[in-house]
Amino acid sequence: MGDFIPDLSTVVALTDGTLRGATPLLLACLAGLYSERSGVFDIGLEGKILIAAFAGAAVGITTGSAVVAVAAAIGASTLFALIHGLACITFRGNQIVSGVAINFLALGLAAVAGNAIFHMGGRTPQLPASARLNGGDSWFTPMLEGMGRYGEAVNEIAFDQSVFVYIAFAAVPFTWWVLYRTRFGMRLRAVGENPAAVDTAGISVTALRFKAVMCAGVLCGLSGATLSMALNSGYINNMSAGRGFIALAALIFAKWRPVQAMFACLLFAFLSASESRLQGTEVLGFEIPVQLVQAMPYLLVVILLAGFIGQARAPKAGGVPYVKER
Amino acid sequence: MNKDLPGWVDFGLLPLLNLLTAFVVAGLVVLAIGEDPIEAVGHIIYGAFGYGNGVGYTLFYTTNFIFTGLAVAVAFHASQFNIGGEGQAYLGGLGVGVACLMLDQYLPWWGILPVAILLGASFGAIWAAIPGILYAKRGAHVVITTIMFNFISFSLMNYLINEYLKVPGNASVQSRTFEQTAWMPKLTWFEGVMPGISTSPANLSFIIALIACVFVYILIWRTKFGYEVRVYGANPSAARYAGISTTRVVVLTMAISGALAGLMGLNPVMGDQTRIFLDIPQQAGFVGIAVALMGRSHPLWIVFAALLFGTLYQGGAELAFEMPAITRDMIVVIQGLVILFAGAMEFMFRPWVARAFSMRETANG
Repeated sequence: MGDFIPDLSTVVALTDGTLRGATPLLLACLAGLYSERSGVFDIGLEGKILIAAFAGAAVGITTGSAVVAVAAAIGASTLFALIHGLACITFRGNQIVSGVAINFLALGLAAVAGNAIFHMGGRTPQLPASARLNGGDSWFTPMLEGMGRYGEAVNEIAFDQSVFVYIAFAAVPFTWWVLYRTRFGMRLRAVGENPAAVDTAGISVTALRFKAVMCAGVLCGLSGATLSMALNSGYINNMSAGRGFIALAALIFAKWRPVQAMFACLLFAFLSASESRLQGTEVLGFEIPVQLVQAMPYLLVVILLAGFIGQARAPKAGGVPYVKER
Repeated sequence: MNKDLPGWVDFGLLPLLNLLTAFVVAGLVVLAIGEDPIEAVGHIIYGAFGYGNGVGYTLFYTTNFIFTGLAVAVAFHASQFNIGGEGQAYLGGLGVGVACLMLDQYLPWWGILPVAILLGASFGAIWAAIPGILYAKRGAHVVITTIMFNFISFSLMNYLINEYLKVPGNASVQSRTFEQTAWMPKLTWFEGVMPGISTSPANLSFIIALIACVFVYILIWRTKFGYEVRVYGANPSAARYAGISTTRVVVLTMAISGALAGLMGLNPVMGDQTRIFLDIPQQAGFVGIAVALMGRSHPLWIVFAALLFGTLYQGGAELAFEMPAITRDMIVVIQGLVILFAGAMEFMFRPWVARAFSMRETANG
């Protein structure tokens, strides 16, 4: 057992790790928020992240341009979001089944295409430096580094992050504003609660839900790009590793609200960042297994859903295809 | 849209069209890679049925998919979407393994089998019944809770195997191997018809899977409980007015569903690897979703759907060997396409087919 007051480098490493880990979760979680608030359940976040990670890496390697690669990631993810929309909104299929299909399709296609293009058993080669977006020195760096170890710490945590970190955390107030302060957001929430009322007001339920699903596509695209272009340098088979489902867990834990979603993602990312440090820690004479820490997001959601931490109420019309009255 | 069509259209023609679409798109993917799809199909069929060992592997995979397909199907009948087959099968495998580890010093396989079935089924049942209870009592959606339970099971099993089952001093994360007397017999009776089959992992679990199909058919269509399940699945409020207990139907159905998934553990644990190991189900729990959708939740069709996926899994290995440009991941693509077209987009062709029918009727009338 170590002492309980951590030193500065531990704090920096943990904070940095939490922010970096929370970024793909947060982007995917907000993606799910747009979709589910409009009444379209999305368990295909995982698949969209994965295909975006692959597209970002593959295009980044072939073009060497980070901008084109991010565009490709967003494009691939949005294409999959449109498939989900086509199945669930247009053809009124089961949203869960469609999500499962998206996950399989993305996992398989990324591996098959990756192997066909790069012949490396599903992974891609390393990204060139020009196509990586993993932060670096900023305007503040010289000033902060001149301020001793605390200045360096602030620099490392706040100004040395990948651009995706800033996008993800800026997306939280933005989403809040869209959802609660714009006409689109009001309609979006309404269509998730009572699509018939929205339809009666002369607004197209189909169009609104398609817009929401595409928002989810764009955000999952960024999430996937974060994985293959910032946290890693290239695509590795199944590199999303369940993040889409942790994002889903965070979304439920946050009760489908943006600011709470950020805190949920930070909590889950913190747990994962402190995993190795928690290993071997004893609580009341009982050693915490690392597997317990890994399972924590899922356990917390089950406990929440069991009604022990308030009530999680999903958007009322979620999961139900809308049939226009004749 | 909701125009009545003859039964053979809804249950025969439309599913066939959907499946065909999935395979055509899969063929396009193969074409895009630069290989010949027809030749690819040839490799798959030869790999799956061309020789005894291949047939055995096909049956081995089919066995897994029958169990997990039945599990998803039973829950479907009560309009519950059990995505947790993976976790339930994993814990079922633990139950089967524990029975073997406890008894293999004392009993032969046929003495252990009833205990293995009991433990495997009940471990799986408990793992599915908890989400069932959470839905019935707390309204927590089974879809979400079973997804979470899958991940919890991965962590739990990882912990149990590492902490309790691993052989001390051995680097590999698995239990000790069972005594040879505890191994499930291979399908040696078929050796005469299909030489080489006993060199494959196909074992008696296949027969148990077929018995499970009969059990599910009787349960759902020939018992009072099955009737209640179907009433609840068709219209939960009608069921409640008829005095059917939601809790009883949902929790019991989920438990039976989980038990079927749990029994899948027999096949890899007692029949093939003869030890408890990491990732026992190897995605079979998820394939069960595709199998149940394709099999329209009926045991007979589930056997055929499971056989189709068994063929793809075994044939896919042959395909990857013969055409190195195509990896085994192609199976995952096909799986996704089948779930997409036969499941999520199942109504896609219906308006067109309905129009074709009404045109024919006007022409005749």
